[in-house]
Amino acid sequence: MTTLNRRSLMKAVGAAATLSLVGTTAHAADKVKIGFIFLGPIGDYGWTWAHNKGREAIDAALGDKVETIYVENVAEDASAIPLIRDLAQQGCKLIFTCSYGYMDQTLAVAAEFPDVKFEHCTGFKRTDNVATYNSKFHEGRAVLGTIAGKMSKSGSLGYLGSYKVPEVVLGVNAFTLAAQKQNPAATVKLVLIDSWFDPPKEAAATETLINLGCDIVTTHTDSPGPLQILEQKGLYGFGQGADMSAFAPTAHLTAIEDIWGPYYVQRAQAIVDGTWTSTDTWDGMKEGTVVIAPYNAAIPADVVALADAVQAGYKDGSYDIFTGPIFDQDGVEKVKAGEIMTLEQLATIDWFVKGVESAS
Amino acid sequence: MRIKLEKRSVPSTFMLIATPIASVLLTMLIGVIVFDAIGIDGQRAVVDIFLTPILASYKWQDVAVKAAPLIIIALGLSIGNRAQIWNIGAEGQYVLGALFAAGVGIAAGPTGGPFTLILMILAGIVGGAAWAAIPAFLKTRWDVNEILTSLMLTYVSFQVLGFLVGGPWKDPNGRNFPATAPLPESLTLPILFQGTTVHLGVAIALILPFVFWVLMSKSVFGFQIRVVGSAPHAARHGGFDAKQTIWMALLIGGGMAGLAGALEFTGSLKAINLGFPSGYGFSAIIVAFLGRLNPIGCLIAGFVLAVTYVGGQVAQTTVHIPNSTAGIFQAMMLFFILASDILIRYRVRFIPKKTANSTEAHI
Amino acid sequence: MSPEFIIASIVTIIGLTTPILLAGLGELITEKSGVLNLGVEGMMLMGAISGFVITALTFNPWLGVIGAAAGGALSSMLFAVLVLQLNSNQVATGLALSIFGTGLSSLIGVSFTGRIVPQFGSIFPDVLAKDPIWKLFFGYSPLVYFALIMVPLTAWFLKSTRAGLILRAVGENDHSAHSIGYSVTGVRYAAIAFGGAMAGIGGAYFSMVITPMWAEKMTAGRGWIALALVVFAGWRTGRLLAGAYFFGFLMWLELFAKANGFGPSLPFIQAIPSQFWAAMPYVMTVVALTLISSRGNVGASAPACLGKPFLPST
Repeated sequence: MTTLNRRSLMKAVGAAATLSLVGTTAHAADKVKIGFIFLGPIGDYGWTWAHNKGREAIDAALGDKVETIYVENVAEDASAIPLIRDLAQQGCKLIFTCSYGYMDQTLAVAAEFPDVKFEHCTGFKRTDNVATYNSKFHEGRAVLGTIAGKMSKSGSLGYLGSYKVPEVVLGVNAFTLAAQKQNPAATVKLVLIDSWFDPPKEAAATETLINLGCDIVTTHTDSPGPLQILEQKGLYGFGQGADMSAFAPTAHLTAIEDIWGPYYVQRAQAIVDGTWTSTDTWDGMKEGTVVIAPYNAAIPADVVALADAVQAGYKDGSYDIFTGPIFDQDGVEKVKAGEIMTLEQLATIDWFVKGVESAS
Repeated sequence: MRIKLEKRSVPSTFMLIATPIASVLLTMLIGVIVFDAIGIDGQRAVVDIFLTPILASYKWQDVAVKAAPLIIIALGLSIGNRAQIWNIGAEGQYVLGALFAAGVGIAAGPTGGPFTLILMILAGIVGGAAWAAIPAFLKTRWDVNEILTSLMLTYVSFQVLGFLVGGPWKDPNGRNFPATAPLPESLTLPILFQGTTVHLGVAIALILPFVFWVLMSKSVFGFQIRVVGSAPHAARHGGFDAKQTIWMALLIGGGMAGLAGALEFTGSLKAINLGFPSGYGFSAIIVAFLGRLNPIGCLIAGFVLAVTYVGGQVAQTTVHIPNSTAGIFQAMMLFFILASDILIRYRVRFIPKKTANSTEAHI
Repeated sequence: MSPEFIIASIVTIIGLTTPILLAGLGELITEKSGVLNLGVEGMMLMGAISGFVITALTFNPWLGVIGAAAGGALSSMLFAVLVLQLNSNQVATGLALSIFGTGLSSLIGVSFTGRIVPQFGSIFPDVLAKDPIWKLFFGYSPLVYFALIMVPLTAWFLKSTRAGLILRAVGENDHSAHSIGYSVTGVRYAAIAFGGAMAGIGGAYFSMVITPMWAEKMTAGRGWIALALVVFAGWRTGRLLAGAYFFGFLMWLELFAKANGFGPSLPFIQAIPSQFWAAMPYVMTVVALTLISSRGNVGASAPACLGKPFLPST
């Protein structure tokens, strides 16, 4: 045992001699390095999992020209700065920071490395070397709302969210409006649990919504916990961010899949070609960023047809769930008949539509 | 053969200094073996966690910025621990310090200058001390266990933070995300070296240990703290007021944690969001013990812990271990240091047969 | 409110309560022996990952529960050796155990993230377990009944058995217990191991019952609530049960107030920010502890030796 210990220690010390070069050497000479900062573990089967799929898409498409590296579990606080900087120091030419909470950190590091390009997901602050990109998740929510509105027997739908931020508010509103198109009396009970990830609380909130009569619950938090509860109760729900059917084969009607691959490959290609510019991209179903996972066999054919129609409408531009008239919770008309909400309005929305029952 | 422990007549200075160093080395060694055993490149992980941040010069600024709050909080905690007052709520006092500083900053508006900034830092100290005053009051008034109250108040502080940054103090231009508005440039701490993130708080963290060292070794207060901790009965006879000591220990501990929170806010983060409580208050307890409750020891130990934090992040990119793995190493260091405490006061003897009049340890 | 809704809500509250009740019972015994183990969160996470891994490998949840108990107890032994053998500081050692358990469970869990195991749910036929009325009695995981049985057993053990008497004696006056020939260290080892095992089972309730999956830090701070619970209960078994349900009720009330929206609502509850509810268990624990410490007549007190090392020769 002693020998082993000593040998291991010696090896460790020996390895130390080579390590200071980490980050300073440009290995794999000609390949362009691309870095990723991830919020959760790549195995979360949700948000980060989907971003990692996008990273893998770059490897698959441009593997001969680029090399990708990533960091998982990066907290959305100042501790992200050294990690982002670390990727830049390791020679990355393009760095994706894949969560809203990295906004100011990304800008701070970008200012230090004017030659490195940055892509910040879901943010709104841009500079010459910081681009932003987002996905119209709410288009997917409109499909889910269509299915839920048609399939719900009680007309009472549950929605489990994290915080009252625009992304969540848009999802809730799109889901509610779409459900009301199928069932004008449909209402949505909303619980915001003040956390993106708290499986026991997500589970208890889902149960509470079910107890209050919701027979379909959709979630905008990160764990598959709520789906497992729905599976146990024999009710239906949807996956969030990725196909979560493995966690709840019966309850999982479909899911909004975040497909980042096409955008990531396009941006990586731009770096390789030297054509990258700072842009603000907000893609959706049309561009293939928002994809609806395979339907569960439990969805009747007529409902599938309705859901497909919404998808087709988004793809050819003939459908937008945020077309007036839209009323807020107090019955005030926020969008006049025939008008469509602008992207700027969507990006800053902070009110819920009529039919959303919530305390906040 | 039996292993015997004999009480030393004087605590061993050699062991006092050698054991923390041995603890760090032993942690590294066991880290290599354990990580190898579970199929992760152990040497690479340990090297990245413990050595890369020291050897790679571009990591130094990260280490310094991480070390600053750890050192400052640990200084305050060691005073309390020496007096046998167990404030484990430094995390909450750190949060309150930052919130008080933010409160002053918000009240002063965006036009504030250096004077406002100084007020914010002072408010941070007051905030931390005020949060620690609750356990102090309860302890001195009704002898309520300060370990439990200070810990519980930490979890209350997280909710206070959540309420403020998600409600009244939410950045109006922040698209509803729960966070305060970023501080204007004029209200942030100056940067010491252009082009780095090393702010004034790091300098404060480097100076304070020496202030505390003088305070502890030269002043009557320092003597009082040490006497109350080591011999409470003697302290009472010597005319030292136990209640006053409790108050001082907790207020200093809270004030330092509050200072650290205010410095971290104004120097490093510049906005408070839900991720603000990042465990410095708990890690500082490790720092205080690893530093043997000595101010200069805290300075060194603060850097050691900071290295493991920064190194843990390096290991994330290289061997892809979860962020919390650095916690395994930090906890192991604390385990070893606590285990080796006994070597300071006792001498280990390998004795062939049983002798009387010595304390047995069942090792 | 229909009876079905009330029953369903009770079932939800029991789900919220059971893990903190399990861990709280374990910590109660540990603290009664005079040892303060702040490592509950770490032990729960070690139990959660152990239970999940064993279930995933053996497909037998009963073995999983045993694995969870073993995982919790083994990690508690780290703490026990340090504080009992080497007289290390209990507060710091317990804290280290929490940090250690969080890190180690994350590391072990890396290769198990995204996997699921069958839920360790009710063992009764669905006719009873899923019936809107009968599920009040039959709709739970075996761990719920286990927790409820352990409450009177723990009370009986502490009050009426010789072993329980010794345990309390060790916690109240270790020197006297030592002088009449009891092994203070031995008793405390057993108490710490029991605390670890119960915390481990409590943790497994998250990874095997509520959401049968593994996720890093999935206990989300419930270990600290369990710790608060023991203090809130004034180290009394009956009050621990009541306190656990009270804490569970508070957690449920927040969600209910939010979900119930503009329906037949409780507007004054909705106006209260959710952080208030989340802070309540901790605030009430401080208040309860103050009451216990300030007044002799509330029928509860901390074990006299709580948190103090036992040094027979000095």
